[in-house]
Amino acid sequence: MTASLGPEEWAAIWLSLQVALVATVCALPLAVWVAYVLARKQFPGRQLLNGLVHLPLVLPPVVTGYLLLIIFGQQGPLGAFLHSTFGVSLAFRWTGAALAAAIMAFPLMVRAIRLGIEAVDPGLEAAAATLGASRTRIFMSVTLPLVLPGVLAGTVLGFAKALGEFGATITFVAAIPGQTQTIPSAIYGLLQVPGSEPAVVRLVIVSVVLAMGALLVSEWLAHRMARRVAA
Amino acid sequence: MLDIHIQKQLGHFRLDIGVQAPAGVTAIFGPSGSGKTSVVNAVAGLMTPDQGRISVGEAVLLDTSRGQNLPVHKRRVGYVFQDARLFPHMTVQRNLEYGGMHDAERVISVLGLQELLDRRPAGLSGGERQRVALGRALMCDPQILLMDEPLAALDAARKAEILPYIERLRDDVKIPILYVTHDVSEVARLATTLVVMDQGQVATAGPVDEVLSQPRAVPLVGVRAAGAVIMTKVAGRLLDDGLTELAFSGGRLLMPGNLGGLGQVIRVRIPAQDVILSREAPQGLSALNVLPVTICGIEDGRGPGVAVGLLAGNDRLLARVTRRSLQRMELAVGQEIYAIIKATAVGPEDVGH
Repeated sequence: MTASLGPEEWAAIWLSLQVALVATVCALPLAVWVAYVLARKQFPGRQLLNGLVHLPLVLPPVVTGYLLLIIFGQQGPLGAFLHSTFGVSLAFRWTGAALAAAIMAFPLMVRAIRLGIEAVDPGLEAAAATLGASRTRIFMSVTLPLVLPGVLAGTVLGFAKALGEFGATITFVAAIPGQTQTIPSAIYGLLQVPGSEPAVVRLVIVSVVLAMGALLVSEWLAHRMARRVAA
Repeated sequence: MLDIHIQKQLGHFRLDIGVQAPAGVTAIFGPSGSGKTSVVNAVAGLMTPDQGRISVGEAVLLDTSRGQNLPVHKRRVGYVFQDARLFPHMTVQRNLEYGGMHDAERVISVLGLQELLDRRPAGLSGGERQRVALGRALMCDPQILLMDEPLAALDAARKAEILPYIERLRDDVKIPILYVTHDVSEVARLATTLVVMDQGQVATAGPVDEVLSQPRAVPLVGVRAAGAVIMTKVAGRLLDDGLTELAFSGGRLLMPGNLGGLGQVIRVRIPAQDVILSREAPQGLSALNVLPVTICGIEDGRGPGVAVGLLAGNDRLLARVTRRSLQRMELAVGQEIYAIIKATAVGPEDVGH
């Protein structure tokens, strides 16, 4: 058994990181907005939005992947539109893997960010207003600094989830080496081949290290947030 | 002069008040749920009334008939909240400077904030937090100061630590201060004007000594809390006995403790339930303070108690006796009798400067 990673394994690792990074970065602004709306605004359809956001968390990932395939596949309504208008195709591409990862990570990001927003006392924003601060200044100087640790925690959690996404990804974009084969789908593929246990073990170790690292960072940020907001 | 006329329907609760607050402390007093905080929130712009007008001197903050409603951050109100609301992620210094640097050096020295500047709100005591909150509100150069039960969350010792600062403030800054409280001793110490609220309306209002000495204020203020406030001058000190002699238009009073230097004007609250009435000048009594008074009003409320208004010189006092005593002594308006006040009835919390 060799300890070093082969080129195909490296490809899977880099692809996983790329997919997870793009998924998290693209989902973040929307997640912050949805979390803010859910935490602070009362409007009809609030529960519906909340349910919709959480759906990927409770649906079997295969179902989510299949729905993505139907909607974003070459023949799907959005897929056909994107392909004919922008020349972008998602199915069986790494971009599709990023979309699947983003959708699966989204509920976790929204939850963490929402907790961060709910921990900020709206009374502090009212106090800032009485001291002459405009809405923009209040958001930049009071709300954002207090919410930031929650946003970071949500980002890390979403990144870890995107890194490990399997079910929806493999259903939507399959596992094409170098194109859509991420770490989890590479491990799954290797398990089907006799004698590839060393490669499996190496990728498993990489997975554990990445996930553990993300969790530790997330915990540390959550701890900081709790200390900072406790007044 | 701060002028407030507002109406607001909040579910089944209706707020409908008119309040005028001159420079000095205007206390808004009343039981919880009477709408006190809604009034200050309306002035700050944190609550928008259905109808009304709020103005400070020439500046109009709200006029619903003209569709005027100045946003919160343009109203120049200093607001001290009950829970301080310091920004937890900033040092005391940055909290203070958030709204401006008006008179910073003096505010910091008067409130004793110098050694707190580098600390964070989480490490401050309740009293220190309120001092910082007060300083922060003052440094934004407000045209009105709003204080919503700033001492309610503090114990007696912390209260005693902050009250002198607020007294000094009242005498130093020439802006109207709206002070919400449900503690009558704070009213007695601080207020120049008193507005008593009940169920969203003004029950009675006026200069604090007049309002508190009305017999009909007793049920509004609460039987235990009722009591007149009189302005007195320190006329002498009995060092051996640890007493201070206070002079006012109705005579002289001896009160325990060192209450101030000779000639200093201090205000004293005399609880109505600690004033005893006698038809003849009493003999052989341990009480030190006996004042000749004239009955100027009798308020026969519900329950066994009766409030009796007394005129001592030009000042008014208030006594609370049972209906049974009133009938037995055959007391009536215009009668000249004696009021007996036990020196120890007046606690340190009832004495202000």
